[in-house]
Amino acid sequence: MSDPILIIIEISKIAMVFGVLLLGAYLVIIAERRLAGFIQDRLGPNRVGPQGLLQTAADGLKLFMKEEIFPAKADKVVFLMAPAILLIPAFMMFGVIPFGDKIVIFGREIALQVANLDFGIIYIFAIASLGVYGIVLGAWASNNKYAFFGGLRASAQMISYELTLGISVVGIILVAGSLKLPDIVMQQTEMIFGIIPRWNVFVHPLAFILFMIAAFAETNRLPFDLAECEQELVAGYHSEYTAMKFALFLFAEYIALITSSALIVTLFFGGWHLPYIENLPISDFVLQLLQILSFVLKTSFFVVTYIWVRWTLPRFKYNQLMNLGWKVLLPLAIFNVLITGILTAVF
Amino acid sequence: MESIFFYSLAIISIAAALMVIISRNPVHSALFLIVTFFCVAGLFALLNAHFLAAIQVLVYTGAIMVLFLFVIMLLNLKAESFDFEKLLNLKIFGVGAGAFLLFEMLFFIIKSSSDAVSSPGVTEAVMQEGNTKAVGKLLFTDYLLPFEITSILLIVAIVGAVVLAKKKLEE
Repeated sequence: MSDPILIIIEISKIAMVFGVLLLGAYLVIIAERRLAGFIQDRLGPNRVGPQGLLQTAADGLKLFMKEEIFPAKADKVVFLMAPAILLIPAFMMFGVIPFGDKIVIFGREIALQVANLDFGIIYIFAIASLGVYGIVLGAWASNNKYAFFGGLRASAQMISYELTLGISVVGIILVAGSLKLPDIVMQQTEMIFGIIPRWNVFVHPLAFILFMIAAFAETNRLPFDLAECEQELVAGYHSEYTAMKFALFLFAEYIALITSSALIVTLFFGGWHLPYIENLPISDFVLQLLQILSFVLKTSFFVVTYIWVRWTLPRFKYNQLMNLGWKVLLPLAIFNVLITGILTAVF
Repeated sequence: MESIFFYSLAIISIAAALMVIISRNPVHSALFLIVTFFCVAGLFALLNAHFLAAIQVLVYTGAIMVLFLFVIMLLNLKAESFDFEKLLNLKIFGVGAGAFLLFEMLFFIIKSSSDAVSSPGVTEAVMQEGNTKAVGKLLFTDYLLPFEITSILLIVAIVGAVVLAKKKLEE
């Protein structure tokens, strides 16, 4: 790391991921509101700026000007820390996700990933498991019954579904033989019978379904948003939050949504891999840009799927949620590991 | 550079560990314990044991401490208010256990500093192969028996917990 240009490259990569995630969260918030409007057969916010694009900025400004309210009996330090604790892991997780193959600029080969860790997937699970603290601590520090119940539910739910999330990926790790995310993407760039791309979703369909459901639960999105559950708990863990602290919770939720979509794409949909065009007569640079574009588009597709599901499905009851997690998803995930293990050993 | 990281991590972890005992609010204690675990993970990373660092965060901070917090909140423990005078037996036991642990630690520190266990070649070989692979290989060859015994122990604990919980429901 003594090369100053290398340091500049690394820092600019971090800054770029940071900026893109913030911009992405901004756009996803608008997309969510407009799509919700579309699904519910109404217009949604379309007045501020073209197609309502500046609505989030206006809301952000409004939240910035609002009064900071601390509940009288709140634990002030923890109360203030909680949104940040939720936001930081959401950003950190993206650090190991490869958003493109190596790109060559001015004769320098740059890997399009902030850090290629030897234990990439474990890093992701380690960081993802920290997100729950933001919710639980925010809920506890508010000193509010409804918020408190939201926090309790969130912690029980996230511990339960983390198991499924982790175990469903074991099959992929077994086949790929590596915990590095670029290796897993590389393996998916092959072809089955020369026609179908060897994306993990075709190889491990059960794992994909399990991972997707668990990821919905981990991001606290409908149909698993029992931490908020407005009919019973006002707004759940962030009932007492106002102004920018509330905005941070919102941003953290959407950044986590983008990251988990990107993770689904990386693990199951070939990451940046764009099939069929590798042999076309285009320059390497254009190909690499197209691959980045394909990663962005695939991720956007899953973000839209998240939004689509949120405004389509009703919420689970709490006992249904726990039954589904422990009695259906977890055994299926273990079964999946068993089958994958046997098949790997046989072939 | 490394020593700056080491000393800051060490100081924070010891301070946080002290705060675990000192704070009266159980949730604050749990939070300081999380900080301690993080610093320990950082120390592992400094020693090039990256895999261990990630596992430390995943298992201790990410899972066990969430359960701790969950239980503390579920029982709704308030700031400690009970009489410490009544806990004399516990105190004596605690001091004894603490002294024993301290003795054990000092013994091994002195022993290992004279033996010079860590040779630079080992770290290099591990880095070459990759942390994950090195740990995995050791676990499934040299330490297979302890590994399996640990898993049996965990299963026994889980079954025991289920049995205890079931009995309460029937009454």
